[in-house]
Amino acid sequence: MTKSRYFGLAVIVAVLLVLPQFLQNGFHYDLVIRMAINAVIVLGLNLLIGFAGQISLGHAGFIGIGAYASAILTSHFNWHPLAAMAAGAAAAGLLAALVARPIFKLKGHYLAMATLGLGFILAIAMKNEGAYTGGPDGMPVVPMTVAGWEIAGEKAWYWVMALVLSISVWASLNLIDSPFGRALRALHGSEVASQVVGVDVVRYKVAIFVLSAVFASIMGSVTAHYVGFVTPNVADFFHSIELVTMVVIGGMASVYGSVVGAVLLTALPQALATFEGWETVAFGAILMLSMIFLPKGLVPTLAAKLGRSE
Amino acid sequence: MLAQFLQFLFSGVTVGATYALAALGFTLIYNASNVINFAQGEFIMLGGMLAVFFAQMGLPMPAALALAILVPAVVGVLVEKLAIEPVKGAETVTLIIITIGASLVIRGLIQVWLGKGTYSLPAFSGNDPIEILGATLLPQSLWVLGVTALVVTGLWYFFNRTLYGKAMLATSYNRLASELVGINTNWVLFVSFAMSAALGALGGILVTPITLTSYDVGIMLGLKGFVAAVVGGLGNGLGAVLGGLLVGVVEAMAAGYISSAYKDAVPFVLILLILFFMPRGLFGAKVTDRV
Repeated sequence: MTKSRYFGLAVIVAVLLVLPQFLQNGFHYDLVIRMAINAVIVLGLNLLIGFAGQISLGHAGFIGIGAYASAILTSHFNWHPLAAMAAGAAAAGLLAALVARPIFKLKGHYLAMATLGLGFILAIAMKNEGAYTGGPDGMPVVPMTVAGWEIAGEKAWYWVMALVLSISVWASLNLIDSPFGRALRALHGSEVASQVVGVDVVRYKVAIFVLSAVFASIMGSVTAHYVGFVTPNVADFFHSIELVTMVVIGGMASVYGSVVGAVLLTALPQALATFEGWETVAFGAILMLSMIFLPKGLVPTLAAKLGRSE
Repeated sequence: MLAQFLQFLFSGVTVGATYALAALGFTLIYNASNVINFAQGEFIMLGGMLAVFFAQMGLPMPAALALAILVPAVVGVLVEKLAIEPVKGAETVTLIIITIGASLVIRGLIQVWLGKGTYSLPAFSGNDPIEILGATLLPQSLWVLGVTALVVTGLWYFFNRTLYGKAMLATSYNRLASELVGINTNWVLFVSFAMSAALGALGGILVTPITLTSYDVGIMLGLKGFVAAVVGGLGNGLGAVLGGLLVGVVEAMAAGYISSAYKDAVPFVLILLILFFMPRGLFGAKVTDRV
């Protein structure tokens, strides 16, 4: 991180300001909004996976918590959308805090398995508690209102998400450059060494897990209000995998990599939709090829080629 | 009471035997290469789907089944050659994503080729249930259990009594040392992927007459096999088999006595409990991290 630390952020803000000139229809707006939502989730997940070195294969479960907290509390209990969103974030954070200590005693494949199991249980609960969640068919969600203003339509959501994304990138950049971020990177390098120099490894792991779960939950709420409908698919195992893939393809431990990974992998299924039936094959092949030929991820590889750090 | 309990036990042990075969597949590859092959479930799916396909082509049953084991074995070797070997020594996350990519490719190809339909195989020796103390047991369940027992015995013999098996064990303990004494470790990787794919496919074939199959059954079966492998202590062959049976039985009991809606959640609750209290699985080695 040099003086050019905010250069990428400036580029992102500039692109977001100019982009509406090129978006011709609702479908384009929709795609960009989804990219931004994914990017914010992936920023949080990358703090956990890329910076702290702890994998989570169940992160979509936290998205599901946010989405369903918003859906259920607003429709069954008449909560205000913002209150419901906060409750979802609190629930996701609390759950993450509760399971973090036992989970992060585990490493490698065991950690992968435990987080995967957590995500699965959440997804199955959402499918089965039909009385509240509408079961596998899902349930409708009321629009988001902030201070009496109803956020409706792609254009309004575009500007909301542009703002949220810019703030998230700025916050992530600052976070990883703070003592907190240095501690995270230290424990990724060597847990023992960081313990020796006085880093409370467990506390940091728990904190970053909670933080990324809260990010995911809030974006789950946003997705629910934006789409106006929620199904158990949000918490799906495959969704968790997509998110991890975005982290890895963009570049682990790279803030801008998260944004690039989210943008590319959100667009990919759309680009592949024309190959009826072949999109799963193509998606899988692209995952494999990019991991084999670009194991460090796009942004760090390109940055190295251009001969400068991010 | 007893009859009901036995009924749940029978169905649990039958499905559990399939998980055990999948778990053995995970274990073989993990031992040889430290890779968790997330495509393992797709080999189970391939076994069932290809058996149906070859049988419908009019091949005699034994030939169809043999091909349905052989083809996945070749696919397993291809996955190892094309996707795992090029990234030797990569991070765990990278390997997980590569094998997930492989599973998507396999699943997608089968979906394009054979469609989204659900298929079944005729049971190997009829459908007349056998009655035991008021509970019924399908003859196919006996096939599943018998073949699994044979495979486990065969593997035990292979690893403990043959030179090839011992070479594979040696590689899993220490790759460099094995290379120094002249073991071709690339060959070991090759064989372990072929064997684990064949084991998965075999499980898929055996269980298809009972549970049906379609292009997308691989994920769940694979994950439960993975749960079984971890329950048994990753890398422990006997543990994998016991883990598979345990997961199957617990799942069937929970479905019967608690709630069938949460059947699929049971293995994951089990795995969380075990990992929280016994971080290396039930039968895992007590290893201390050296720093």
